[in-house]
Amino acid sequence: MTSDGHIVLSVRNLTKTYRSAGEQVAVLRGVNLDIATGERVALAGESGSGKSTLLHLIAGLDRVDGGEIRLAGASIGELSDSGRAALRRDQLGLVFQQFNLIPSLNVEDNLAFQARIAGRHDAAWHGELVDRLGLGPLLKRYPEQLSGGQQQRVAIGRALATKPLLVLADEPTGNLDEASADEVLALARDLVARTGCGFLMVTHSARLAATLDRRVNLSAGVIA
Amino acid sequence: MTGVGWILTVLLSHWRRHPMQLATLLIGLISATALWSGVQALNQQARTSYDRAAATFGGARVPMLVARRGTSLPQQIFVDLRRAGWPVSPMLEGRLQIGGRSYRLLGIEPITLPVEVGAAAAIGKTDLQSFIIPPGQTLVAPETLSELDLPEGATPEASDGTRLPPLRKVPQMAPGVLVVDIGIAQNLLHRPNEISRLLVGKAKGPQARLESVAGDRLRLVPADSETDLERLTDSFHLNLTAFGLLSFFVGLFIVNSAVGLAFEQRLPMLRTLRACGVSARKLNVMLVLELVTLALLAGLIGLVFGYLIAAALLPDVAASLRGLYGAEIPGELTLKPQWWFAGLAISVIGALVAATASLLKAMRLSVLAIAQPQAWKQAQRRWLLLQAAGAAAVFAAAALLFWFGASLLSGFAVLAALLLGAALILPAMLEMVLSLGQRSTRQALATWFWADSRQQLSGLSVALRALFLALAVNVGVGTMVETFSHTFASWLDGRLAADVYINAADNTQADDIKAWLRLRPEVQAILPNARAETQLDGAPIEIVGLADHSTYRDHWALLQSVANAWARLRPGEAGFVSEQLARRLNLKLGDRIELPAPGGIWTLEVVGIYADYGNPKGEVTVNIAALLRHFPAIPQTRMGLRVAPAQIPALMTALQTRYGLNGRNLVDQATLKADLMGIFNRTFAVTAALNAFTLGVAGIALLTSLLTLANSRLPQLAPLWAIGITRRHLASIELLKTMSVALITTLLALPLGLCVAWCLIAIVNVKAFGWRLPFAVFPLQLMELVAVAMLAALAAALVPAIKLARMQPASLIKIFADER
Repeated sequence: MTSDGHIVLSVRNLTKTYRSAGEQVAVLRGVNLDIATGERVALAGESGSGKSTLLHLIAGLDRVDGGEIRLAGASIGELSDSGRAALRRDQLGLVFQQFNLIPSLNVEDNLAFQARIAGRHDAAWHGELVDRLGLGPLLKRYPEQLSGGQQQRVAIGRALATKPLLVLADEPTGNLDEASADEVLALARDLVARTGCGFLMVTHSARLAATLDRRVNLSAGVIA
Repeated sequence: MTGVGWILTVLLSHWRRHPMQLATLLIGLISATALWSGVQALNQQARTSYDRAAATFGGARVPMLVARRGTSLPQQIFVDLRRAGWPVSPMLEGRLQIGGRSYRLLGIEPITLPVEVGAAAAIGKTDLQSFIIPPGQTLVAPETLSELDLPEGATPEASDGTRLPPLRKVPQMAPGVLVVDIGIAQNLLHRPNEISRLLVGKAKGPQARLESVAGDRLRLVPADSETDLERLTDSFHLNLTAFGLLSFFVGLFIVNSAVGLAFEQRLPMLRTLRACGVSARKLNVMLVLELVTLALLAGLIGLVFGYLIAAALLPDVAASLRGLYGAEIPGELTLKPQWWFAGLAISVIGALVAATASLLKAMRLSVLAIAQPQAWKQAQRRWLLLQAAGAAAVFAAAALLFWFGASLLSGFAVLAALLLGAALILPAMLEMVLSLGQRSTRQALATWFWADSRQQLSGLSVALRALFLALAVNVGVGTMVETFSHTFASWLDGRLAADVYINAADNTQADDIKAWLRLRPEVQAILPNARAETQLDGAPIEIVGLADHSTYRDHWALLQSVANAWARLRPGEAGFVSEQLARRLNLKLGDRIELPAPGGIWTLEVVGIYADYGNPKGEVTVNIAALLRHFPAIPQTRMGLRVAPAQIPALMTALQTRYGLNGRNLVDQATLKADLMGIFNRTFAVTAALNAFTLGVAGIALLTSLLTLANSRLPQLAPLWAIGITRRHLASIELLKTMSVALITTLLALPLGLCVAWCLIAIVNVKAFGWRLPFAVFPLQLMELVAVAMLAALAAALVPAIKLARMQPASLIKIFADER
């Protein structure tokens, strides 16, 4: 741990097994991980090492088999489906490789969407995000009218619009060229620093991982 | 396995992975083929019957000579014409009562009968002698023999006690017709030396001019390729065909959406096949082959269902045709091989038409093309504008047809254009309503609700159009039937004002009954009535004679009348005409009509016009005494009675016991009304059944569209789930969204349906039947239909919503894991 902040995420002895082609496959075999507020962590590892699974479990998108995940002191495993949904809505920001914007809403509505449904829309912060992400001229456009880099900037803005405790990013630059990837990640780093939230990013790129505070490697289902 | 086999295996593997899509495609094709073929089977059955009627000796497919004045000709004119070289054959036509039921009796002269008369061969050379020489033969259709409940060789007794020659079954004959030698017919009908008309065969040698032989007594009626019955029933069959066509198109909507979705999902597969060296030509041929095979399979199943639908509806169709036009249709379904081939062809053609857009895309498929994200918003706007322009053009065509069209076909064309235009403009109207909703909210989830509904429009529009059309037709036909039902019920109240109706076996019995009734204190009035048949402007009409009594004056409503109209009937120089006769001959109050009567022309002034629903013939109503003066030979066996209600059962029992009257010739008002309403309801049972089928198919279209859309919706829904909206919440929003769009569609269908009803009442009915109903709206019926539509939408939307609510998180996570 490199930050002096409070622990925002605590993962202890986390296990997860999937059934594939009739066999049980242990994806996570006892993962331990802490992230403090303001800390930016890169999660690296080979394909199939369980990076995305770990991220999905932390986000409450899937249920754990064993161990515990605590976010701001609350155990995710003890939450119901709607409790985990509320946690994602209010405390987390998610960024995916595929952008996953809402195609029927324009940039402005996409950006404000999560904050509005969480009841945490802050017009000033919204305006700052628009400025910092350079989305001003694009507000009335629809996702399919944007480039990949522009779409990912909107996704980052949406994730940060609620001022979450933790932002989880699953290879957010995987679909972008190098220049765009650098630009997007620089923006994400700045904004995370501005909000003081934790940041956990899955990446294959050692170069990008090196730009964050800390790098952890997941190998054969455990943090190496 | 050959290369073609491999390609086919790859193409078919898509259906193995998406069985629901295959089911959707087959359901669409089966529904389309079944409903279309079912209706065609009914039409074909009816037309076969008309052909049999036309082929009968009295058909209109041979030119004939008829009296210019009066209803019959002297037999001598036949002799004169034959001597002058005219190849004519005499025929006598009349009606005969057997066992309380009226039959059409035709007397023919088989030796001179022209060979063009289709059923001439039915007598056969060997049977000619037995037909002519006493006791002769009575030729009947198998159905008539069953109805008479007599075996071949039996000699039925007519109501006047005379016996007919032995019965002989002839399959080609039309039901309800009895054919005997003309000499026998003259005896049976008590019309010695009379003939009704002369059939004209092909002349082989020179012949004298008609006028030089017969003066101005005869009029030549040319042969008609279409019989009176076919002309009369055209509107009914056009109506059935229109329903069949509508159901067919609704079915094709399903096929279109299933093929379109399957094509989109198979695009990467098609590109891979092309990249692996499969030529574009071969790939397209394989796609067409695959579609044709599926269409043939679905067509066969559809034909079986079509047969079952037709068999189920045939009794009601037969009842409708008998009730409306007096056409006799056998109750057993017999289909020609062409029906089966046409059914399969329509399935294949329908599938190819529905898949045209997808097949064209496949033909233009580029191997190197990468999936371009479609700017749906702009594409949708262009698409909506294009369709709105198309709708405007179709509405303009409808307006032109309305103003300038005069035929029944143009009436149906107005309806078709109205429905097509409305279907085209529906997405634009929905888009307008949904964008209004979106503009009226600032709440994030509500904004998404409206925006996503707008985006879903293109995927759902085909199914929504099917629902829209089915509902509009349901509202239209439902309103028309309900209007008709109300009008018919109040019309019956006026028409059936007497309490008891009697039809005696003959005049002697009628006189006895009247004498006995005069002594009964409970009988308040005896109202004799009679009917005669004659011709007006070349078409058969009926003249009804009514007693001069307050019962009619108080109850029989007239649509138009002069002052003291009923009193004007008394002297016998005025009459009322039915609405259809007035419309057909453009008669107004004060006009004069000339009716051929045995004693000469009877001129009547039109002093009233009345509604006469369900009667294919024109009708004139006069005073009964005047009718009997002009037609002295008509039976005077009918009468109505005014009786104190409490005394009716006892009086009827007494009449039954004393005169052996049964249910056919003695009936009380309530039973008669119930019977007539029963016939009425049965007449529209077919319409109701086809309505229900169409709505059902539209419901299936909506369900299949939603199910096929469900998978492609996941990438839109998964991000919402990821950012904190539960699956159950999402499912309820999806349900609400479908219900909202369905409700807007339903509400838009109501005014369109009322327009359809107005067109049916003011254009189609008037042209088809000759009468117009007062237009009325039935709010309760509309509310019921809205409820049914919403239930159908709920049923269709519930399955995908439940699937979404119960979806495993793993399926949603896949959306983010690049495993799509």
